[in-house]
Amino acid sequence: MDSAYFQYLNYAIYGTAVLVMLTGLYAALVKKSLLKIVIGLSIVDSGLNLLIVTLGYLKGGTAPIFSSGYNGTQTMVDPIPQALVLTAIVIGFGVTAVALSLVIRLWRHHHTLYIDEIKNLKW
Amino acid sequence: MKKILVLLLLAVVGFYLAGTFFDIGFGNSHFVKNDAIKPVKDIYLQQTVQELKVSNAVTSIVVNFRGFDTLGEVTVLFLSVTALGSILYKKRHHVGERSVLFSASSIVTSGSKLLFPAIVLLGAYVFIHGHLSPGGGFQGGVIIATGFLLMLLAYENYSVSHNGLSIVESLAGITFVGVGLLGFMNGGTFLQNFLPTGELNNLFSGGIIPIIYIAVGFKVAAELTGVIYTVLNEKGEQNG
Repeated sequence: MDSAYFQYLNYAIYGTAVLVMLTGLYAALVKKSLLKIVIGLSIVDSGLNLLIVTLGYLKGGTAPIFSSGYNGTQTMVDPIPQALVLTAIVIGFGVTAVALSLVIRLWRHHHTLYIDEIKNLKW
Repeated sequence: MKKILVLLLLAVVGFYLAGTFFDIGFGNSHFVKNDAIKPVKDIYLQQTVQELKVSNAVTSIVVNFRGFDTLGEVTVLFLSVTALGSILYKKRHHVGERSVLFSASSIVTSGSKLLFPAIVLLGAYVFIHGHLSPGGGFQGGVIIATGFLLMLLAYENYSVSHNGLSIVESLAGITFVGVGLLGFMNGGTFLQNFLPTGELNNLFSGGIIPIIYIAVGFKVAAELTGVIYTVLNEKGEQNG
């Protein structure tokens, strides 16, 4: 494969990952609804995971699995970022679950999800 | 005003973040600086095939090279489930009422009864073959939990025993730590392999890796089912 193709992929893939992260950060910073803030935080998670997995790719690499179809000569992509992302996904799930349970708890007390309607929460 | 400020901030952050990664480049082997030092990746891949006899390199990293890390990860998951239960704690007579908007149609109920065993079987397949094919304990556990989610959505009075879930979860956690401690008794370190590694691409290969991943699969399935059950039984109208 030629290098111009990879130059194009460079911008497209890293740009997409950073864009996804920024979208999530925008939602977390601007939106008023607590549910949207939690969704924004989990979108940041997804963008970061995409970024880390992309970092481990090597040109012409195949999946790091030594199955019977592997011919023994092809290069393999870096498996370490994939293992780290597996951890990060699970931790992200835990964080989202606890955040959503806190949102449910706030709903029980205030009967609203909008942070500017909750009276004793000023910033 | 606030939106413009935020957009400005995000533009600066995005510019420098994207610039850094554009400089690194896509698909280059940027972790190698000279030929004398091998990258960690090559050593891991080499040991995965030659010593551990595991086909899936990601599994061997998650369970063997970074096994202690995975134990911490499982602990974090357990902790978040416990926190969820304690935050959403309610008095006893409120437990058991489910907030149902509308009941499921007969197509959904009979279809999910048909699909549930197949989903659980797929999940068990994924975590038993975690060292041979893509997948593993976490993925298989999540698949099994989706089966329970389907049943909970289809049947209003379908209930999962909390005691059963915590027994499965505790036994799986004890298996993980116990297998790790058995490494000490065989004269090694924590989580060291003490079983015969077998042959590459066989189901019975990889030493302790399949045992640990099966334990992780049961643990994740029980924990996620517990999360789904706790949240579905949450009723919004009452003052807690």
